[in-house]
Amino acid sequence: MMEVVQFAAPITSWLVPGRTLFLVIHILGITSFGYIVARRLLPLVRAARDPRFDRPLARLRNVLQFWLGQWKHPRYKVAGILHIFIFAGFILLAMRAFTVLLVGVHENFVMPGLSGSAGQIYQVATDYAATVVLLCMIFAIVRRLVFRPARYAVPARYGKAHTADAVFLLALIAMLMVADSLFEATKAALQAQQGQTVELATVLSLPWILKGALASTSLPMLGRIYYSAYLSHEVVFYFLLCYRPFGIQFHVETSLFNIYFAKLDQGTLKPVRWGVSDGHLDQVKSFGVKKFEDFTWKHMLDFYSCADCGRCSDNCPANAVGRPLSPRFITIKARDYAFQHYPMFGHAGNGQPLIGGIYSADEIWSCTTCGACEAECPLLVEYIDKIVDLRRGMVDDGNVPQSLQKPLQALESRGNPYGKMEKKRADWASAIDFKQRCSVKTLDKKNGADTLYFVDSITSYDDRMQSIGRAAAKILGHVGENFGILGAAERDSGHEVRRFGEETLFMALRDHNVEAIKACGAKRIVTADPHAYNALKHDYKDVPPVEHISQVIAKAVKSGKIKFKPIEKSNNVYTYHDPCYLGRHNQVYDDPRAVLDAIPGLKRVEMSRSRDRSFCCGGGGLMLFYEPKEEQRMGVKRVQMAAEASANVIVTACPFCMVNIEDAIKVAGLEGKLTAIDLAELTDQQMVREDRVVKAVEPAVVQQELVLGR
Amino acid sequence: MEILVCARRVPDTSENEIALNSAGNDIERDELVYSINEPDNYAVEEALQIVARVRGQVTVVTVGGEDNEEILRREMAMGANQAVLITDDAFAGSDGRGIATILKAFVQKGKYDLILTGVQAEDGAAQVGAMLAAMLDYPFASLVNSIEVLEGGKLKISREIEGGNKEISEIDLPCVLSIQTGINEPRYVGMRGIRAVASVPIPTYGTAELGLESGAVGATAAKVRRVDYFVPAFGKGAEMLEGSREENIEKLLELLAAKGGLK
Repeated sequence: MMEVVQFAAPITSWLVPGRTLFLVIHILGITSFGYIVARRLLPLVRAARDPRFDRPLARLRNVLQFWLGQWKHPRYKVAGILHIFIFAGFILLAMRAFTVLLVGVHENFVMPGLSGSAGQIYQVATDYAATVVLLCMIFAIVRRLVFRPARYAVPARYGKAHTADAVFLLALIAMLMVADSLFEATKAALQAQQGQTVELATVLSLPWILKGALASTSLPMLGRIYYSAYLSHEVVFYFLLCYRPFGIQFHVETSLFNIYFAKLDQGTLKPVRWGVSDGHLDQVKSFGVKKFEDFTWKHMLDFYSCADCGRCSDNCPANAVGRPLSPRFITIKARDYAFQHYPMFGHAGNGQPLIGGIYSADEIWSCTTCGACEAECPLLVEYIDKIVDLRRGMVDDGNVPQSLQKPLQALESRGNPYGKMEKKRADWASAIDFKQRCSVKTLDKKNGADTLYFVDSITSYDDRMQSIGRAAAKILGHVGENFGILGAAERDSGHEVRRFGEETLFMALRDHNVEAIKACGAKRIVTADPHAYNALKHDYKDVPPVEHISQVIAKAVKSGKIKFKPIEKSNNVYTYHDPCYLGRHNQVYDDPRAVLDAIPGLKRVEMSRSRDRSFCCGGGGLMLFYEPKEEQRMGVKRVQMAAEASANVIVTACPFCMVNIEDAIKVAGLEGKLTAIDLAELTDQQMVREDRVVKAVEPAVVQQELVLGR
Repeated sequence: MEILVCARRVPDTSENEIALNSAGNDIERDELVYSINEPDNYAVEEALQIVARVRGQVTVVTVGGEDNEEILRREMAMGANQAVLITDDAFAGSDGRGIATILKAFVQKGKYDLILTGVQAEDGAAQVGAMLAAMLDYPFASLVNSIEVLEGGKLKISREIEGGNKEISEIDLPCVLSIQTGINEPRYVGMRGIRAVASVPIPTYGTAELGLESGAVGATAAKVRRVDYFVPAFGKGAEMLEGSREENIEKLLELLAAKGGLK
């Protein structure tokens, strides 16, 4: 009897010796799990290639920060802290779970390194861990059922609510914790009744409470409870293990890999096909993602890893204004597709088209690639690359909204989406009153300069945005920069062309610009357009280093080259709107703020959403031509946020933000209460100028009608 | 179904600043960018959609210079099975009737069940389609904004008539239809698609291949000659509504109703 009550394995129930039963369950559980995972890996094997095996140190750093360190979780206080407790509990309990399982077949098994006092400390830790996890589960279930945070809701068009599944899984974990603690408590109670020293010192832990409750239970009864607790633990453990790959809890297994293999280079886009150089792209039969198997294996792993927490969609501006896009369901729908078309038994995959199948074209065009979803995801799930890949597929099939076809064609023939003449690209610099104060030279092989001011299309051609271009030029002149522009030789940077999936056109624009940039011999590039900045920095190769004008201004303020006069309207309250491609994609958050704070008398407030939680104004480039289905404009929501922060001037640092925000001020009926100004314009307005005219560099060569490549 | 689409290359009005040349007899063409005439693009898309439903082939034909190859490649990239360039110095200066004569000669060299044209060329007079039909003695319908293929060599078509209304007709094949924009949503063609058909040969036809006498077409045969171009003087400015937003909305609704814009 002594032997019998010590460990579960030798207990005989009915005719089956416990050890055999447990061994069978082990083998069954592990085999099933192995089979399930192998089936889940099947689409990954058939997927597009994606080289993610480089830079192990950077990847380990991500694992430490985002997986072990749970870095992004506290962005949502309640859920985040809850998850950190659960995660820590799981990490602690993982080894214990193995020990317990092995004890079933080998009663004297002790995890190496966990004998003696280390084992006792570990025991204490796990007792409390199980208790904390159980409490967290109860809390999470109550939260799901009673408080129902809005971001978990499933809109009707995406199917049924996921609450039942979530609660079921939480309850299973709770059961596992109870079974584990009960096993622990019974063991202690048995030992106590046999007069052994009881090591259960974990006051107020679940095993401690249960042990107290079992103190006067009879020995045979204890034996049965002991056996049942062990059996339940084992069954629930394997059930959970094998059930997780069928739903959101698969992330327990996949998250480590998903974070290790996460994308390392922000602001970049994946190539059309990994391993195929630009020169060989013409030989690629199909571009982009058209069927599920066109996704890369890592993107499929993303689908498996999503925990359905809803943070992406909670921060998605497209979702917020009622566009037919919710990043969460981009993932969920793809996962459902994978589960359905790669079943556990039978033939897998049938290559159905995704657009018109699980996704609609409008859904995929609705994304502004602002990156709010990716900034939020605790598991580093990627969205922009997938959206762009899906768009590449649509472009390849000719499935492009009519509203985008004209600007794309104009980009092809004229190098700008407006279809304006190339020779008029530098007209912004020839406004009479501007030309007298600041002369902008056009660079080419013969006329060089240290710095190239890359203007890009909107600032070149849009009447309102030209003011940003002139302000930027005056600033560059003021800080003594020897600079010039490409003029008619400049083409659209192609930033949105690429992000809208037109890779071939993008490459043509890029190649033209790279050639012109190289020919002008500039050693660095400055731009006032964050989209051009991101393109030059991440999409172009072999061009000089690029800076955004806000970085140039911040440096000049620091070095004393730019001094500001005090703000005239001292009752104005300023707020800074982070452009997505300056902030989230390139982490330029502080320079613009430092510039604003250097202006004497400028009162600045932050909006509720700022920095990496900035709310997209509505998108730039081709997005200005797209006619989305939406209930409200993103810009309107944004200017309302500024009004809520009691600001009356929105400062931004992007011409597209300016378009959207100025429009939104009108639409929101906030004219007179709110104005918008670009950081370059404000700098130009507040700079202290010495009494000399900015040195005229050369007689104006503004209207040089150089038309390259046509 | 064998479908022939007659297409034309025109200066793209959305990407050019159209100005008269110094002589005043033509527009300044030095820096123009050209594209396919927009309604013709809808005609090609419609043809592609028809053959996708009932099978067949789509041929795109254009009359003009060597430069016209660019629009033919674009339409082939869309999916047209073949393209033909009709080019000859003798064609220069043809009027609408001349172009129709050339196309008639081409049509008679093949066998087409359906001939589509755009409703009009952006620099044209919406006449070639109807003339071609008359010369071929084929039935003709203009401003077509939907096509359904019926049994027994017939089409059910709808035509846009005044006020946005539709008139539904049946028409016997072979026939000529002029296609209104908005009949479909033409697919996008990018550089990649055009590159993929860059080396597909495009046959060219001249007077000899078409069996035309050079006197029957071109400037000598033209009975309509362009005399002048002029830019109209600015007329009266737009009517500005003045008043509160509500008043303006009311006035605008009244005006729209009065002009037949609202029902």
